[in-house]
Amino acid sequence: MHMADALLSPAVGGTMWAASAGTIAYCSAKVRSELDDRKVPLMGVLGAFLFAAQMINFTIPATGSSGHLGGGLLLAILLGPHAAFLTIASVLVVQALFFADGGLLALGCNIFNMGFFPAFVAYPFVYKKLLGNNPSRMRLTTATLIAAVVGLQLGPFGVVLETFFSGISALPFATFAILMQPIHLAIGIVEGVVTVAVVSFVYKARPEILQGALAARPIDNHPLRNVLLAFLAVAILTGGGISLFASKNPDGLEWAIAKVTGNEELAGPRQGVHGALAAIQEKSAFLPDYSFKKPAEPKDRVGDPAPEKKNEAEDDLGTSMAGIVGTLLTLALAFISGFILKKRNKAV
Amino acid sequence: MLSIDGVLLDFKRLDSLATGDSAIHRLDPRAKVLVTLVFIVTVVSFGRYELTAMVPFFIFPAVIIGLGNLPAGYIARKVALLCPFALIVAIFNPVFDREVLVQLGPLAVTGGWISCASIVVRAALTVGAAIILLAVTGFPAICRALERLGMPQAFAVQLLFLYRYIFVLTEEGGRVSRARALRSYGNRGLGMKAYGSLLGNLLLRTWLRAERIHMAMLARGFTGEFHTRREFRFGGRELVYFLGWSALFITLRLQNAPRLLGALVTGISR
Amino acid sequence: MSHHIVEVKNLRHVYPDGTPALRDISFRITHGESVAIIGANGAGKSTLLLHLNGYLAPTSGEIRIGDFPMSKATLPDIRRTVGMVFQDPDDQLFMPTVYDDVAFGPMNLGMPGPDVEARVRDALQRVGAGHLQEKAPYHLSGGEKKRVAIATVLSMSPDILVMDEPTNGLDPFARRQLMGLLKDFHHTKIFTSHDLDMVLELCERTIILNEGAVKADGPTREIFRDEALLAGCRLEKPLSMQGCPVCGK
Repeated sequence: MHMADALLSPAVGGTMWAASAGTIAYCSAKVRSELDDRKVPLMGVLGAFLFAAQMINFTIPATGSSGHLGGGLLLAILLGPHAAFLTIASVLVVQALFFADGGLLALGCNIFNMGFFPAFVAYPFVYKKLLGNNPSRMRLTTATLIAAVVGLQLGPFGVVLETFFSGISALPFATFAILMQPIHLAIGIVEGVVTVAVVSFVYKARPEILQGALAARPIDNHPLRNVLLAFLAVAILTGGGISLFASKNPDGLEWAIAKVTGNEELAGPRQGVHGALAAIQEKSAFLPDYSFKKPAEPKDRVGDPAPEKKNEAEDDLGTSMAGIVGTLLTLALAFISGFILKKRNKAV
Repeated sequence: MLSIDGVLLDFKRLDSLATGDSAIHRLDPRAKVLVTLVFIVTVVSFGRYELTAMVPFFIFPAVIIGLGNLPAGYIARKVALLCPFALIVAIFNPVFDREVLVQLGPLAVTGGWISCASIVVRAALTVGAAIILLAVTGFPAICRALERLGMPQAFAVQLLFLYRYIFVLTEEGGRVSRARALRSYGNRGLGMKAYGSLLGNLLLRTWLRAERIHMAMLARGFTGEFHTRREFRFGGRELVYFLGWSALFITLRLQNAPRLLGALVTGISR
Repeated sequence: MSHHIVEVKNLRHVYPDGTPALRDISFRITHGESVAIIGANGAGKSTLLLHLNGYLAPTSGEIRIGDFPMSKATLPDIRRTVGMVFQDPDDQLFMPTVYDDVAFGPMNLGMPGPDVEARVRDALQRVGAGHLQEKAPYHLSGGEKKRVAIATVLSMSPDILVMDEPTNGLDPFARRQLMGLLKDFHHTKIFTSHDLDMVLELCERTIILNEGAVKADGPTREIFRDEALLAGCRLEKPLSMQGCPVCGK
């Protein structure tokens, strides 16, 4: 299922964007270095194929309901993980823009959930491992099936985690997970069966396609990936660490703005403009006949920019995430200013 | 579940909006992409019980629809169709969050309902912003803008190829599934076995097409490098557009405009 | 102008799975000629065409395009010299707009921006598609697509034009329009087609392929009069050379 903008906090969205963007950059470099220019049109049309295939439905036996191909694992088998990841990501970009599946901020999450897990977890660590060196028909079937299930367990779990850390939905973590995982077990099995069917069809008709895909050995050592992962880990750790310092501030963005402007007033919701406004509001009734009174405890929740006080742990997590976003934003700002400066240099 | 032909028609309609010629259409796509990002980030940065403060953000889609000469009804319909998906998850909020936050006369409004409404408003705003960006910019221009903003070229090329062949492949997929539907006499879905070979077939044809495209590319001197034309110009108008909107969004994020207005109005009326 | 010559000597091609596709083909096409290569489905026409710009390498035999013998080193020159228009314009037009597509070749040749632009404009003008410049390929009609596909090749100013089934899938008007266009080109032209009436109008010379071998090579009219030969190769006289269905003459 697609993660949606509406359920996402900017902290989680930003982090996942960074993760996905990093993986895209890594895969692009990798695909380029393979120097196989056949892949350029192939990835493009296979993406379009996936897009079209997702609109053709089939009946799930014994249920009467219908499903369609997800295709992450199928692409990984056909193209290898790097090209597959880029292809899946591109399809998700188009779906986000044209059909607003999820939305733009959630795109990072969706690319990660639906691209990274099948291409870089299910494919190398389940499919390849189970397939072994001389695949038989039986092994191909089992490996594909299990890999599909694993991929489709991890993806929705990603959704659950992202939703939980965003804290927009009130759905408790465990409940959401219990709702999502079993459904996706079924979906995963169906996906596995369909992938097996398509792969064996291709295998019968043009075995060299799969042979070619198998020949591209993807699982060796990945110096670049390690560097990237280390970089990401450092970014997340420093971001999280810094923001824990500021954990007394309820809202990360507010905190960041206060730091930037040096304006302490913004941090305290009861002071400054907000305080004044609240005072005005207390004096003047919003609507003449109805009282707009709030219960005593969560007094200024409605219309307050700093409402998240549900529980302490969640709050801490929220602030850490905010710190991470602060870090990412600073990075982005650096990029933008670099870009502007570069432009200026060119112009001179 | 959606018919392929319907999806394709919708896709083409949205795509054709980008061929419009307005001041907004003519802006450098980078400015439009950046403004949309600032918009979405500010909107989703609101707390979960925020509702009123988000409302002024509708000014952005409204103004762009106006200046860009977009069909407002069509875009509203597209957004409205997508909101139920947000609602599916949001609907759990009233169940789990029963703390009463607002008392409107006899009606007690719980935090759950407020955050549920908040999610729907968020969805409408963010989804609307994405669709509008596409309608005033066009997919290829967005790709080029992202490429200029640092997206790897390999991915930009991938997006452009995908976009080009979505039309071809979706039509092909439509033909295949129509041919099947005509012979299946009312059975909506497709048996797994038939599905496997139908998709396998489509996949093989796709593969052959990729080989032919590759031939056509080689025939015209392709060596793995893509050369793109026409530099965009990020000039004064773009800068004003970007800074103006960003300043507005941030102000609206920090100030609850409806409440200010409400206070002002009720204050005066007393 | 020797570089407009296409020479094929004892060309053989065997597919990796062992199927022979071309057996010992030889012909020579000289400057300015317009030649049709016809034959039944599976006769080897497409395989032959793919050799002419070096996409497929011969199993044995030799191909010369102009001054260049076909080899890895001469491939870029050969691909510039031989403009290849594929059967399905959707395979040929892969860029987001018509302009980008027509500019693809010149840009790959490393031309500077203004030159590219001049070439694109010129190529589109020649096929009467100047007004389509900013359109996306999927918004074009079949005939427009075909003409733009030709422009993508013209922009590289090839000496030899090779087209696979140029009139396939066009309505009568678009077909007529395209034929008018092709008649005006002074390139060396090589077509494959099942549209024998078009062949009759555009090509003075015809080569018949049958099961991977040259069955006949000569003036188009003579070949089309030989009914036994045509029938033996799963072909038939073009309609314009058959009797009138009403009066029987």
